[in-house]
Amino acid sequence: MENISFKIDGRQCSAEKGQNLIEAAKQNGIFIPTLCHFKHLNPLGTCRVCTVKNNGRTIAGCTVNVEEGMDIEVNSAELLDARKAILEMMFVEGNHFCPSCEKSGDCQMQNLGYETGIRFTRFPHLFVDRVVDARPERIVVNQNRCIKCKRCIEEVITNDGFKVFNFTNRGNDTVVGVDYEQEAKLSDAQAEHAMHICPTGSILVKGKTFGKPFGDRQFDYGPKGKMIPLNEIKKHKTTNKKKRIATTSLAGCFGCHMSMLDIDLGLLDLLEVVEFNKSPITDIKTFSERCDIGLIEGGCCNTHNIEVLREFRKNCDILISVGECAIWGGVPAIRNTVPLEECLKEAYLNSMTSEEGETIIPNHEDIPKILNKVYSNREIVEIDYHIPGCPPNANHIWNVVKSILFEEEYSIAYPEFKYD
Amino acid sequence: MDRTHLLNKLWQYQHQYGFISDEAVSEISNKLNVSNIEIESVISFYHFFHKKPTGKHTIYLNNNIISELKGFSTVKTTIEKETGCTFNEQGNEEFSLFETSCIGLNDQEPAALINFQPFTDLTPNKVKLIIQKIRNGENVKDFASKTKSKIRYTPEEDKTVIFRPYEMGKSILKGLKYTPQEIIDKISKSKLLGLGGAFFPVGYKWQSCKNNEDDAKYIICNADEGEPGTFKDRAIFQHLPGLVIEGMILAGYATGAKEGIIYLRAEYQFFKEELENLIQQFHTANLLGKNIKDINGFDFDIRIQLGAGSYVCGAASALIESMEGRRGEPPVRMWSATKHGFKHKPTIVNNVETLAFASRIIELGEDYFLNLGTEESPGTKLISISGDVAKPGIYEIEFGTTIRELLSIEMSQATAPYFVQVSGPSGECVNNTEFDRRICKEDILCGGSFMVFNRNRDILQILRNFMEFFKEESCGVCTPCRAGNYILTEKIKKIQRGLCAQEDIDEMKQWGKIIKLTSRCGLGKSSANTVTTAVDKFKDYFNVKIAPANFDKTVEFDMEDAIHEFDSIIKDTQL
Repeated sequence: MENISFKIDGRQCSAEKGQNLIEAAKQNGIFIPTLCHFKHLNPLGTCRVCTVKNNGRTIAGCTVNVEEGMDIEVNSAELLDARKAILEMMFVEGNHFCPSCEKSGDCQMQNLGYETGIRFTRFPHLFVDRVVDARPERIVVNQNRCIKCKRCIEEVITNDGFKVFNFTNRGNDTVVGVDYEQEAKLSDAQAEHAMHICPTGSILVKGKTFGKPFGDRQFDYGPKGKMIPLNEIKKHKTTNKKKRIATTSLAGCFGCHMSMLDIDLGLLDLLEVVEFNKSPITDIKTFSERCDIGLIEGGCCNTHNIEVLREFRKNCDILISVGECAIWGGVPAIRNTVPLEECLKEAYLNSMTSEEGETIIPNHEDIPKILNKVYSNREIVEIDYHIPGCPPNANHIWNVVKSILFEEEYSIAYPEFKYD
Repeated sequence: MDRTHLLNKLWQYQHQYGFISDEAVSEISNKLNVSNIEIESVISFYHFFHKKPTGKHTIYLNNNIISELKGFSTVKTTIEKETGCTFNEQGNEEFSLFETSCIGLNDQEPAALINFQPFTDLTPNKVKLIIQKIRNGENVKDFASKTKSKIRYTPEEDKTVIFRPYEMGKSILKGLKYTPQEIIDKISKSKLLGLGGAFFPVGYKWQSCKNNEDDAKYIICNADEGEPGTFKDRAIFQHLPGLVIEGMILAGYATGAKEGIIYLRAEYQFFKEELENLIQQFHTANLLGKNIKDINGFDFDIRIQLGAGSYVCGAASALIESMEGRRGEPPVRMWSATKHGFKHKPTIVNNVETLAFASRIIELGEDYFLNLGTEESPGTKLISISGDVAKPGIYEIEFGTTIRELLSIEMSQATAPYFVQVSGPSGECVNNTEFDRRICKEDILCGGSFMVFNRNRDILQILRNFMEFFKEESCGVCTPCRAGNYILTEKIKKIQRGLCAQEDIDEMKQWGKIIKLTSRCGLGKSSANTVTTAVDKFKDYFNVKIAPANFDKTVEFDMEDAIHEFDSIIKDTQL
């Protein structure tokens, strides 16, 4: 085979003529992230995460075969941002609840989220009600997590040559449909292969999930020494007085507060330089002074949450959303795909323990009203920084707080940057 | 059974039973030896195919922006009231109602297809009458509307190309005097551009198809005129269909192709029979079939392939996928169609209008054509004008005509034009400072759709209609187009609710750019064009929408709206 030379981001590279760009770049030590690209499959070009520029024209990297003299651009600011945006689109389009996902830790999409350092999505979540289909013989297909990469469609074929999966519908309603008859013909190994090639947790084999404990999963540690910089963080102007921090939990589970306590001995150091104002930790109910930092756990599901959040904005210089719920709704937002009326009726009127005509949906002027959906904090007030995780790693919280208070550069180690 | 006949087979079931049942799916998949899901994936891609039973009468009401402005919603509620059905649901035994995107009758909105027969200029009263007639058992075909669009303007007689007297076979007889290569040279010399909207040089396409030797080649006439606002291809078919057929025959003669296929969009099937009769007449006149005009070995035949309701199939590569019996997803392009197209053979895909022009160029000579228009885009162009104009219809204009002339009293007679959409939603919007721009390659090209909106029209409503169209018509394969167009639609809705900061406007532009940058095919690359340019071109309008800056860092949030649902549930469930 003929060898050719081409350029990636100005660097001379060489590869076999006609080789796939993703592979060719890898051989030259350059990583181009992909989700749909898979070994021998035809270039699918569906996910667009690998978007690059070839002689100035944008194109999916996986659909390029290298030629002599090509000038490829991979890591320009524009392309890095576009790549991040596409991942964010995937997160908002589906319903990706990492903490409750079987594939978490082994999920390629989640890993790319870590790699690109996505803390929150610039787009609002769409919360489309999607089907979890458990009818197939061996597998469960969870449409909430599907990113329509087409891998399973091209790769999972029965022994007699029939496709098991295919797209149905179109536009935003596009889903991967399952042929139940063909699916039943799959062997155990084939079904597991389907689960394995799915870049998210959309295809699961019944009885084969949650195989690995935390810490043993593929992406728990990630590339050694990979650090995610905190360069987006706002530095706080130095004053000599002791810094003040306020915290609260809105529609959350207090798990993030527990994680704050996991700062452990560091807390003693922290208390030397800061004091806590309004916070469940101090049990101070109202702001007595203006605070430097406000840490918010949980999103907004009722009118009280909104009031508290607005009060925090008024009284804090820097406001930080801590944890998935605060950032985009998290677990409470699972209800966003179901109409409020159905939720309330299921909980209070039609539940196992309620008797017909005996129960009501609680309401009183002293009880906050439930909002039509769970809102992220960003939809209510301006948020200065986001700490992802469910709960966020204690070191992550600690580094962010340190970085703000002491105006020093810190970064987050890969294993500390998590969504689950 | 060959997979290329899949769409026809599905149409058979759809026409006969009103839907395609599971049994039908198994039967077809057995014949094709594929899994059921493959057939279902095709069915669910096209919106005129149904997996669930539909009523005896299906009504497809056009929901594009012009229809919306001309009374879509009152017509819609009247239809619902008269039939007792709801739109976009199953319907009853008698009726099923669906909304559909532009059906190519923009000069006669609101319009609907009832059992694929056109009904135009609908009003509540007219709807009542139609439904009454249907209930009385009358055949819809007997009282369908006459849809022939008015030809509102042609240049002076010696400057008109398309709309001049037509004589069947004239251009073929003239063309057969030349060698195939001479025909292509003439087309190349005339600088004819593809008039479907991509403006690719036609001569180059024909030449490369001719150069690619193979045992079979195909000429496809792209009559999948899906861009909202355009109806010029329908007009050609209704006024001068012979020109298109002759264009195809000439293309066949020039490239050595023996088979021509007209990919006719499903919305236009009401004139399919007429077209077939005409093809028959061509056969009788020995202008189609074997040894045409006694030239030994010059065989050419034309058949019609019906589409099934998908905008993206208007793109050549997706159209070929569709003809091969698959979902109309634009494939990852490794080859051009002129090398590996339909059935992997060299294929020319040309728009209806392009073929009509090709036939006229051979008939009138390329010099006639070159004397018209501009340097880079000679000749004339058909424009379909609709919206806030006194004279909607078809205009044959010389390239180089300005937008102001098109809007003027001599032509369309627009009333207080403010927002002009050139080339449909995927094209470009133009504000009133740009009316001196010329329709030509040197300035702004127009694929055919020309929609005029006056000062009273709400720009956000227009943009939302466009974005909802793309959200619906995206093939769903690539992330930025599938998810991005949805996200942009939601953004516009948010701004419409009056919750808009400067940030929202900026984001709309940035997000649109990302969709454009990363999408896989032309649909995604152009879907956000109008939104991203409109915010700059109509600053006056958008400035009013933006709430004054707030310094307490709270984001606009409508608490009343957020608790409204809870309040009404409580009211309904109190003991």
